[in-house]
Amino acid sequence: MPDNLSLSKTPSLDRWVRVAPGQRITIINGKVDIGQRISTAVALIAAEELDVDPSRIDVAAPETGAAPDEGITSGSNSMQESGNAVRYAAATARRHLLALAAEQLGVDVDTLEVDDGLVQSRATNRSVTYWDLMPEGASFGLDVDETIATKPVASFRHVGQFAPARGIENLVGGTGNFVHDMVLPDMLHARPVRPPHYHAQLTALDEAVVTRLESEGVTVVRDGSYLAVAAEDEYAAIRAAERLANAAQWDSGPGLTEGDVFERLLTEPRISLKIVDGKPVQDPVLPLADPPKAAIATVAARYDRPYHMHGSIGPSAAMAVCADGKLTIWSHSQGIYLLRAAMADGLEMDIEDIRIIHTPGAGCYGHNGADDAATDAALIARVLPGRPILLKWTRDDEHAWEPYGSAMVMDLRASLNEAGRVIDWSQETYSDTHMNRPRAGANRAGPGRLLPLNYVAGPLPKPEASPNMGTHAGIHRNLDPLYNFSKRRLVKNLVGSMPLRTSSLRTLGAFANVFAIESFMDELAHEAGIDPVDFRLSHLDDDRAKAVLGAAAERLFAGEKPAHAGRGIAFAQYKNAKTYAAVGIELIVTDEAEVKLLRAVGAADAGQVVDPDGLAAQLEGGILQAASWTLYEAVAFDRDGITSRDWETYPILPFANVPDVETIIIDRPDDPFLGAGEAVAGPTGAAIANAIFDATGLRLRRLPFTPEALRLAALA
Amino acid sequence: MTSFTLTVNGAAHAIECDPATPLIYVLRNKLGLTGPKLGCALEQCGACTILVDGEATQCCVRAVSEFEGADIRTIEGLAEDDTGKRVREAFVALNAAQCGYCTPGLVTAATALLKKNARPARDDILKALENNLCRCGSHARVIAAITRAAEEGARHAG
Repeated sequence: MPDNLSLSKTPSLDRWVRVAPGQRITIINGKVDIGQRISTAVALIAAEELDVDPSRIDVAAPETGAAPDEGITSGSNSMQESGNAVRYAAATARRHLLALAAEQLGVDVDTLEVDDGLVQSRATNRSVTYWDLMPEGASFGLDVDETIATKPVASFRHVGQFAPARGIENLVGGTGNFVHDMVLPDMLHARPVRPPHYHAQLTALDEAVVTRLESEGVTVVRDGSYLAVAAEDEYAAIRAAERLANAAQWDSGPGLTEGDVFERLLTEPRISLKIVDGKPVQDPVLPLADPPKAAIATVAARYDRPYHMHGSIGPSAAMAVCADGKLTIWSHSQGIYLLRAAMADGLEMDIEDIRIIHTPGAGCYGHNGADDAATDAALIARVLPGRPILLKWTRDDEHAWEPYGSAMVMDLRASLNEAGRVIDWSQETYSDTHMNRPRAGANRAGPGRLLPLNYVAGPLPKPEASPNMGTHAGIHRNLDPLYNFSKRRLVKNLVGSMPLRTSSLRTLGAFANVFAIESFMDELAHEAGIDPVDFRLSHLDDDRAKAVLGAAAERLFAGEKPAHAGRGIAFAQYKNAKTYAAVGIELIVTDEAEVKLLRAVGAADAGQVVDPDGLAAQLEGGILQAASWTLYEAVAFDRDGITSRDWETYPILPFANVPDVETIIIDRPDDPFLGAGEAVAGPTGAAIANAIFDATGLRLRRLPFTPEALRLAALA
Repeated sequence: MTSFTLTVNGAAHAIECDPATPLIYVLRNKLGLTGPKLGCALEQCGACTILVDGEATQCCVRAVSEFEGADIRTIEGLAEDDTGKRVREAFVALNAAQCGYCTPGLVTAATALLKKNARPARDDILKALENNLCRCGSHARVIAAITRAAEEGARHAG
């Protein structure tokens, strides 16, 4: 596969692999570890190809300039991009090291064997180590060979085995180095002071308060409508931010536009594009025609998803220092190179004068406030040259200002023939954008995606949404079902006039599209009088899809169903190209109309499994996070701004409702590995809806499935 | 500015600060104990959970002045505690963390539970974690790790 995107940008082997002092190997890659264990996986791959113990491998924290530019850590692409790049790089490194060893030992390269970096020849009793062959300062000086023969699966010793998650002891012991925990000499703590809502403009600031704060040693940063404070003591900075907020007067203007978001999605101006084979095409979108004549039943249903938060447990943060006109930033951004480009553009700096070092934050699950917080820290650092600025958002900042996952409406219609087959399928999905990450770009539209720059003097305009034309991108991710429907009409509708700031949240449009498709498949199965699993199987051609569905069903339906419980199942292949996943849910609905989760079964085929426990953790985490979206979550707002500003007004899954979670992994060691971080989310939402239907006969089509929603459905 | 003496992880520390300062900022910034995490500053998420006289306690709201004379233990101090060590080892063995931001609070809450109830039922564990949130979805592993730590403890005691 000589077409690895990461290697095409960074072919030099020395950029990926370093034979390091102390008998270590350093792997430098550009995908950031955000708890999904990509560093564990690439270390296993490198250890395997190099024949060294994984404990000898260090995976460097990506930073601009040093790490290969691998774009954004997103889209379940890391294993295919970074994982393969590291595999080819490590294999190329091994071949080079063996050639050096053959020369040094005076033997044929075919006689060499490697054990934990010790190279021995069967022809002699002499040996040499990788570190002898490449002493400190030596370089490979060659490009990664993408056509190299990598290690045969039968010889694997590390790939596919249980591995401790890298850094787990520090995380568990509380000594993990989050950016929030950093300390630098002469550091100041900083907090932004946000307007009441997106559109408010600063009209006045009580100068007496500013003077008093400054006399107490607080730095007040004021730039247009942008406000922030910095102080030596963190609590003093927090108090100062509260006092500055009270001293500010804002012109709130007309505020946020209100109205039922789902009706608005259906009625406001939109850009509509037909989707063919998962990709937007420029053909005209034709209106929905009458059902085909052979139809014996035609079913229509609409499904709604509200705005969702990333809801990171740690509010966004960053450290920045400005010295000699150069900025150094420690950030938990998922795209350090894109952030650097956007920031250079937005702050009118030379790109070489900005260095961004990835430093862990709390789990982010997409484009949350990380990039904005980095920009906040940079703005303050530029006012206070030489002083490191540790800036943190508050919980209120995070809940009210992060870019949300868009509200969406999925409008479906399908017809069945006498044999119980779908002979006509239509889906239109309506949504605001899922693509709002900072970047460089024409007319400074890219840096306009950095929130603070929308408020400084001479503000950059807020971005305007344009349709994502990629395959299974944004709104139309997983809009095209994997089922073998002979006739399908698929339309994405981008509605750019919606009231809330939106961007990439784990799975983008896929969660809602799959929730809708897989709920609807259950409705159709019910209409056809066919078992929902059989109904799906009869519409699938792909054996791997059938296998995961069968595996999840077998486990879910084994054993007797508890009294009053319901069981539901759903399936999707993420982007129709990555991990195949089926999820089964068993639940009961209590007398208080609460959905109580009993069991969750996730079956997945992610191709070759590198880190089985890491894969299982991604499946478990995906199921539980999606269960949280499904049962609890909706961003609330009114004209005056966001009203869900803490964990009481935006609740998430409590421990009390955590089901038993089982995972089934179908290993395909001879197939390429497939990204898995987002595979189970959509199936989980639908499996819960289907299980509620099984338990109660109620079909819920609007998330979240709160007790109020269940009561309303029961009354309907 | 007021002076306080805090007993943290068995040692007395003289602290000078605004008495209204929530304890978490003192632990993190004056004592360098960054294990307790700042998650909400609203006592809603449990990321800052510490032990105060053996009780799992959130320290992001209540003022430092309220903690004088109390026995304060942070995740860092649990390294020396048998129960705390068992809980930590079980979390490590099961890879029971993803991003790890909520993890110190969970380990601490679990340690408080096992010190009172060496063989908790699943519902006891869920109840003990009712103030803790996790966003990555590590919940099932966390529950399994606490169960494992309890079993290890029973084996040790038996």
